[in-house]
Amino acid sequence: MIILAMYIAIFAAAYFIVSYIQRGNKSKGFNSLKTVTFGDESAVVPNRAAAFISVLTIFLIWGAFTNSKLVPFHVSGPFIGDTEFTYTAQNAAGESQKGNVSIRVHRIGDKPDKRDVAANDGFVQNDSVLVGAWRSKLINVKRNDEGYKEDGYQIIAVDGKPIKAGETVKVDDGKVVLTPKKSLNFTPKKGLQLEPIWMPSPEAVAGRFMEIADTGYQNFGLWEHLGWSLFRVVVGFLIGALVGIPLGYAMGLSGWFRGWFDPIVEFMRPVPPLALIPLIIIWFGIWETGKIVLLFLASLWIMTIAARAGVSGINISKVHAAYSLGASKRQLMWHVIVPNSLPEIFTGARVAMGVCWGTVVAAELVAAQKGAGMMIIAASKFQLTDIVLMGIIMIGIIGYGIDILMRKTENWLVPWKGKL
Amino acid sequence: MSNLIIEKVSMRFDLPDGTHVQALKDINLELKTGELMSVLGPSGCGKTTLLNIVAGFLAPTEGSITLNNQAVYGPASDRGMVFQQGALFEWMSVSENISFGPRMKNTPPARIKEIVDHLLTTVGLQDFGEKAVYELSGGMQQRVALARCLANEPEVILMDEPLGALDALTREKMQGLVLKLWKETGKTIILITHSVEEALLLGERLLVMAPRPGRVHKEYRLPFAEDGVDQDLREVKKSEGFDARREEILSMIWEMEEEIMGRSEASA
Repeated sequence: MIILAMYIAIFAAAYFIVSYIQRGNKSKGFNSLKTVTFGDESAVVPNRAAAFISVLTIFLIWGAFTNSKLVPFHVSGPFIGDTEFTYTAQNAAGESQKGNVSIRVHRIGDKPDKRDVAANDGFVQNDSVLVGAWRSKLINVKRNDEGYKEDGYQIIAVDGKPIKAGETVKVDDGKVVLTPKKSLNFTPKKGLQLEPIWMPSPEAVAGRFMEIADTGYQNFGLWEHLGWSLFRVVVGFLIGALVGIPLGYAMGLSGWFRGWFDPIVEFMRPVPPLALIPLIIIWFGIWETGKIVLLFLASLWIMTIAARAGVSGINISKVHAAYSLGASKRQLMWHVIVPNSLPEIFTGARVAMGVCWGTVVAAELVAAQKGAGMMIIAASKFQLTDIVLMGIIMIGIIGYGIDILMRKTENWLVPWKGKL
Repeated sequence: MSNLIIEKVSMRFDLPDGTHVQALKDINLELKTGELMSVLGPSGCGKTTLLNIVAGFLAPTEGSITLNNQAVYGPASDRGMVFQQGALFEWMSVSENISFGPRMKNTPPARIKEIVDHLLTTVGLQDFGEKAVYELSGGMQQRVALARCLANEPEVILMDEPLGALDALTREKMQGLVLKLWKETGKTIILITHSVEEALLLGERLLVMAPRPGRVHKEYRLPFAEDGVDQDLREVKKSEGFDARREEILSMIWEMEEEIMGRSEASA
């Protein structure tokens, strides 16, 4: 909730600041003279500054909450250092006495010494414990007290405040809970920062990226993992396109083909490829064949439908014109129907590549020896959150890259798309 | 003399509900080589159906079409077609569109280049050969469509409202171009239009069709097309008899429209 509120505050503040800075330089061009911009979609141009600040904000919030060295400010971190509280115990004779608990909260991984404590007169003895930041510690304070095994012994207060089993008392730098077994559970203040195991800092992720790019992870290099995922996508997609496009053409051109394959295509299309994973594993195993068959099935229906739509979407005048100009069926196919369907096919290919990329990662989560999905699922089992995060970022970047590449190819191969 | 003969052509569409629509009934026409005939009529009179039958996209239920004593069946390159719009191939440049017909017939490249260069000049698109068709204006696109049709040297050119989607000024320019091409090439042309003025200007013969069933209502022989070949079209419009003819045909078509309206109101 705090993060959301901060985010909204930054969003609004950045808007006002940028508007204030940009108020002078009116944008030139056609849009600047429009009086109606609210509701005119063509007048809505993404604000570059907003895009930049948006990315920067995510990075800053990430850094601020993970104690990153790259970010100049941080939210409150966990308590680290020395603190103490007192507890009051009552013995079987009904006497009560205070004891001191000296605590040293240290970073996870550090191995500091316990604090020295003075001996106490009386039946209650002082205690000294170490607690890791973000952790809690069960402190068996009674164990060094005299007569704690006698029936009447009990802990009655912490820091002077009465306490019963199950109750919580706030102390300096943390809180104490009395357990039913008469131990005290101390939790130091956690602050707002996230423990690296929950959310590693940006530099930790970057460092892990360098490390894995260098030495690899789980027997394979980083580029091998990503490369294998990409390879499966490309091969699965290509086979899907190679089968799907001719099938789509046949369905667009022949009533028999359409009748025969319509029920199959319409049935298979809404089945998410992920739902096929179990069956694919049973039939083809968890090796490359299974994954490529899965991706083939993921792209096949999309490409079939795209090719069919490309054929059916042709303006009949074009077909008539081609025949009137003396084209044979084969020439019509090659010179008119195929090029005319390219825009639709590219739209389908973009969708199919996206679906394939999502499917391959999911399939690798289930079973694989190498691949982007396998990398993050393996890392998650060892709570290597930085690798998980790095993997997610790489998957995102590659998916985005694939889409950009497809769009560039589309602009290059079908420049007329949407223009006539 | 080679002729296009339309003999007793009838067209009946049987509908799934058992009724039928008589789109054309007993159409008889004979066009000599080099004649330009414009066809007018209210919507639903079967103009486009007739054109599609001549082009070979539809087979008539009765009657026959013969071109140079040969029966017509199916589309072929001896009857070229110019559509209203959207029939150009966007994936080809202007030149490739024009050369489509000759290329389908494996004409030698040198000859194709000759044809394309000649036609680009004829339709006034000398500098646009390498342009993509979607970069051209509507009027230029129709010039390409005309040139593409001519490249094939068809015997008959069928035009289905070729200028219908153009603005008034461009349209007037294109009407001049159609007349020029007609005279230069000496082709037989059937031109369907919705504009009475256009039909008068371009039609050496003018056919007015009536609906339900589609039939020939009246035919005119007009001097205006011949005049328009070497005269400003606006002058032709001012010439004697033009206005009178236009009013006559307009009221004829209005009557038909009103009759249709009355009929459909009565049946409703």
